[in-house]
Amino acid sequence: MQKTEIMVIGGGLAGMAVAYGLARLGRQVSVLDEGDTALRAARSNFGLLWVQGKGYGMPAYARWTLQSVALWPQLARLLLDDTGIEVHLRQPGGFQLCLSDAEMAEESRRLCWLKDALDGDYPFELLDPAALRKRLPGVGPQVVGACYSPLDGHVNPLKLLRALHAACQTRGVTLLNGRRVSGIAQRGEGFEIASGDQRWHSERLVLAAGLGNRELGALLGQPVPVQPSRGQILVTERLEPFLHYPTSTVRQTDEGTVQLGDSAESVGFDDGTSSAVMADIAGRAVRCFPRLANVRLVRAWGALRVLSPDGAPIYQALPGAPGASLLSCHSGVTLAAAHALRLAPWIAGEQALPEISPFDLQRFTTPAEVRHAS
Amino acid sequence: MPADSLFRQLPTDAGLLSIEFDGQTLQVPAGVSLAAALLASGVRRSRSTPVNGSPRAPYCMMGVCFECLVEVDGVPNCQACLLPVAPGLRVRSQHGARSLSPASALEEHHDDA
Ligand SMILES: Cc1cc2nc3c(=O)[nH]c(=O)nc-3n(C[C@H](O)[C@H](O)[C@H](O)COP(=O)(O)OP(=O)(O)OC[C@H]3O[C@@H](n4cnc5c(N)ncnc54)[C@H](O)[C@@H]3O)c2cc1C
Ligand code: FES
Repeated sequence: MQKTEIMVIGGGLAGMAVAYGLARLGRQVSVLDEGDTALRAARSNFGLLWVQGKGYGMPAYARWTLQSVALWPQLARLLLDDTGIEVHLRQPGGFQLCLSDAEMAEESRRLCWLKDALDGDYPFELLDPAALRKRLPGVGPQVVGACYSPLDGHVNPLKLLRALHAACQTRGVTLLNGRRVSGIAQRGEGFEIASGDQRWHSERLVLAAGLGNRELGALLGQPVPVQPSRGQILVTERLEPFLHYPTSTVRQTDEGTVQLGDSAESVGFDDGTSSAVMADIAGRAVRCFPRLANVRLVRAWGALRVLSPDGAPIYQALPGAPGASLLSCHSGVTLAAAHALRLAPWIAGEQALPEISPFDLQRFTTPAEVRHAS
Repeated sequence: MPADSLFRQLPTDAGLLSIEFDGQTLQVPAGVSLAAALLASGVRRSRSTPVNGSPRAPYCMMGVCFECLVEVDGVPNCQACLLPVAPGLRVRSQHGARSLSPASALEEHHDDA
């Protein structure tokens, strides 16, 4: 049996960000990852560092997101220093383009709520069509307005994942691919982890397996309430740069392709595509930017988000399994910096992190009034 | 490291037709893909990549690698391996990413709305 101090299960964005943060603290870390047939949001996401609207109804999530985007330049620099990989972080602010007055009213209502909830410390602008066209030339006539947040940004998500892998290797993390964990047992002061006939022993354990956390949690008697939500994404041929800001549904990547997306469907574990949804996504993109009408699409895929009942992350030290932490999240790109630089020290037991207590599992079982009273 | 082309044209009785490539007229075999026609004519560079500008030519010949991008009759980024060659095609090398037409009248007219 092989031994490791901390075992991270799941080599997606959540697991790798935490593994990197732990390795930077000098911890001895191994990562077990299922491999190519697994559901892997880390390899199929939209690449936004998105702030605006996040945490509506849950100010702690808005603050945590703000903390992460503020830490992102530091993460990008650390990864560049460790690996030479430029993840193409850009934080010029981002636009949410609205195609109807109702959409515009709803988006502004949410942003105003958030600004109140954060005591005014939440910059955004509401733009009418004329103001928007000055900032973002090429926007179509059907766009009735937009919300702009100076805090939004984007990154190349595949380069991010690659950089995290390379940085972990540089810092001595053992990465084991093609290892689907099928057994976890508490043994003495630690855990015995099984994949096929192989066994590992670790003092601490991090469950970061995306949707796989449902099964892993069950092995430790801990239900994990995450559900798949399918998003479909279309990618165009490479174009000369024309869009210098990310928008929530259309963004041009550093290498010229344009990603179109932001659908959400509940279709269980089906990660395929459907022509109706792809047509919707493409139609919306063309209404936003009519110049895209004749552009060729070269790829499309479906992928499953890891969604908790309130959409916010779950961070939980498992009460029944001392030494085990659970990490499940949507928006793992946006949160990668907070995971590497804040959550990892908390998991290592080096730092208290009171701001994450609202993200525990209890929030799904305890009525809100009781929680506030206590 | 230049190497001889491994591409050989099998004997065919389909005849020849002419197309234009970067301003030159080429006599190419009929009944093949545009990519095969270019390779058979000795074309060794049909695009430069948008990422680092390096020279490329058709490679997989089955629609997967996108190395065969060319401009055909004014339409940029066409996969030459997926197009049958036809008489009179006007083909140009694809240099870098395709440009988008400037904001069209459709986008501008809203200014006075
Ligand atoms: C369509 C779409 C668009 C998105 N867009 C954005 C965006 O713009 N911005 C943003 O911030 N976030 C975005 N996300 C979310 C982001 O991709 C996820 O939050 C992030 O990838 C979650 O990371 P994860 O590591 O928890 O899960 P994953 O990336 O899914 O990784 C889980 C890993 O666990 C492994 N695993 C599973 N079960 C086991 C097991 N039993 N044993 C061993 N390994 C196991 C899998 O192999 C996998 O590699 C998007 C997601 C989707 C689906
Ligand atoms: S040669 Fe590969 S796509 Fe055409």
